[in-house]
Amino acid sequence: MSPHAPPSHGSLSPEGADLSWDGPAADRRSAVVEIRNLWSGFRAGGVETLIHKDLNLSIAQGELLSIVGGSGSGKTVLLRQILGLETPMRGSITVLGRPAEELTRAGAASRVGMLFQHGALYSAFTVLENIAFPLRELKVLPEDLVRDAVMVKLQMVGLDPAHALKMPADLSGGMIKRVALARALIMDPPLLLLDEPTAGLDPDRADAFCALVRSLHQELGLTVVMVTHDLDTIYEISTRVAVVADKHVIVDAPPREVIAFDHPFVREFFLGGRGLRAMELLRLHPQDV
Amino acid sequence: MSDTQPRIAFEQSADGLHARLLGLWTAENLAEPEHWDALHSALGKLSKEWRNWQWDLRSMDRMDHLGAQLLWNAWCRQWPDHLQIHPGQRAMLERVAQFSSVLLPRRPQTAWGMFLRLGAVVARVEEHVVGAVRLLGQLLLDAIKLARAPRAGPWRDVSGHLYGVGATALPITALVGFLIGVVLAYLMMQQLRQFGADAFIVNILGVALIRELGPVLAAILIAGRSGSAITAQIGVMRVTEELDAMKVMGIPEGFRLVLPRAIAMAVAMPLLAVWTTLAALLGGMLASDLVMGLTPAYFVTALAKAVQVSNLWLAVGKSTVFGLMIALIGCHYGLRIKPNTQSLGEGTTASVVTSITMVILVDALFAVVFKDVGI
Repeated sequence: MSPHAPPSHGSLSPEGADLSWDGPAADRRSAVVEIRNLWSGFRAGGVETLIHKDLNLSIAQGELLSIVGGSGSGKTVLLRQILGLETPMRGSITVLGRPAEELTRAGAASRVGMLFQHGALYSAFTVLENIAFPLRELKVLPEDLVRDAVMVKLQMVGLDPAHALKMPADLSGGMIKRVALARALIMDPPLLLLDEPTAGLDPDRADAFCALVRSLHQELGLTVVMVTHDLDTIYEISTRVAVVADKHVIVDAPPREVIAFDHPFVREFFLGGRGLRAMELLRLHPQDV
Repeated sequence: MSDTQPRIAFEQSADGLHARLLGLWTAENLAEPEHWDALHSALGKLSKEWRNWQWDLRSMDRMDHLGAQLLWNAWCRQWPDHLQIHPGQRAMLERVAQFSSVLLPRRPQTAWGMFLRLGAVVARVEEHVVGAVRLLGQLLLDAIKLARAPRAGPWRDVSGHLYGVGATALPITALVGFLIGVVLAYLMMQQLRQFGADAFIVNILGVALIRELGPVLAAILIAGRSGSAITAQIGVMRVTEELDAMKVMGIPEGFRLVLPRAIAMAVAMPLLAVWTTLAALLGGMLASDLVMGLTPAYFVTALAKAVQVSNLWLAVGKSTVFGLMIALIGCHYGLRIKPNTQSLGEGTTASVVTSITMVILVDALFAVVFKDVGI
């Protein structure tokens, strides 16, 4: 464990991981995810490509952080490393006070929820079985309690109970994302990771999904980390934006400060044609940020 | 008792019984078997008076939606009269209360429902038959189209499949054939020796292997090896929408996917059958030489006299039919796969089982129809 990591309390409920009753209070801002001097890369065809070089990022309790970067800048890799699905070459990632590699062990669903880009629903299971999967795997809880818990989560993400018995193949893209979100939240993990949450949704549904994430973030006091290209999503829901460019985090601040940061990627991304159109929305709805 | 164990502490005081909830009421913690057993029996024993008790949730370490659900169900989905609670806990319980009132639609088991399900089975059988006939008809049309313009045929695909189905299957078919030949020779020798008819081993091995075992063995191996591969390839193309992409480009899937596989199988299967038969005869020949001292030279000359050439033609013809059948069954199931992993697994299994069954069935048919040929 890195010397910078917050002290671990043995169990996975240090202060940082707590779902506090009063929501994300200001005095409880301990780090949920701590990335220190991260180096990562991959080898393809004998050529070694470095993706991250000395990357540092700290995500505090109750934040809604967007990770932004160009295609191939290693945002999704970063997310997978936080989840413990991939191991970095060098450096440390601490999630909820424990090294990230330990995250995929039994009980991971109660520590972190992940919304994969295409939902990653188990196609052989119904919606109900998909959401119930982590609970049923515990093998202790009775079936009626599990079903009640699933129905609550299903409706919390805004789906009609009638969809519970459908197969994933019969759902639309937006519904798949909602079901996947319900599955990610079934154990009430304190940390939620989203990979391109609005990709493939029409603007209407993307907005609805953003609103849903924001309301869940407020109600449950979640810490949310998302990777996205969608400027509207960034402006609308994130409390902080981390820009990954030149192999590290070049700026890490609230959206308004990031726009003011002087860097070619930031200028192109936020102040290019698409960026300016999204800014227009920002001026029209300043209260949303 | 650990500090985090979810539990209820009761205290009697002037204003009634106090029920204080303690510990971690989270899914992971509740699912610890000893925690669950203790709490479940405690909640089951709540007396009818629970509504009048003083409920206090403020000393809990933490509660998640599952814990709230458990409590709400224990309260028979009603609020108790006296409740001391944090606002966050109340919000969670209210969410649970709001959303857990729904019941799932249940489909009752009726005679009419069973009748309808029987109908669905019949419709599925009909659908299979129609699909198979359509596939066969399309193959015929594609073959005519190919005969008219042979240069426009998918020859690269044919050559690729020929290699995949035929060349790469040579080692395994040879090994299996050889071993079967050895086994059969040993088995027969025991019996023949009792009658002093050792030399007839050549007749028995010759007819059995060339006419029946060689082609059937090869076909069963190829059905398992290549039939499943064909179904899985086409099925994955369905899952990844590659079939739709082909359709959009106006490329007929029958001509580009089914025809090359059918041609490759129809060509490779007889060759593999001959190859397997040769390996089996070699095995039988070696075993006879080792055990009975029948020299290979005698074996070869006696074989030519014992087995008529028509047996070989029958075997080759039969194998061509087997090859076509395996390819068509593989494609049939592959094209029917729905875009999910479950369907892919079921389709592949069904394809292999069907093609092996059909191989044996058609072989029996051949045995009956050609009973006067070559024996």
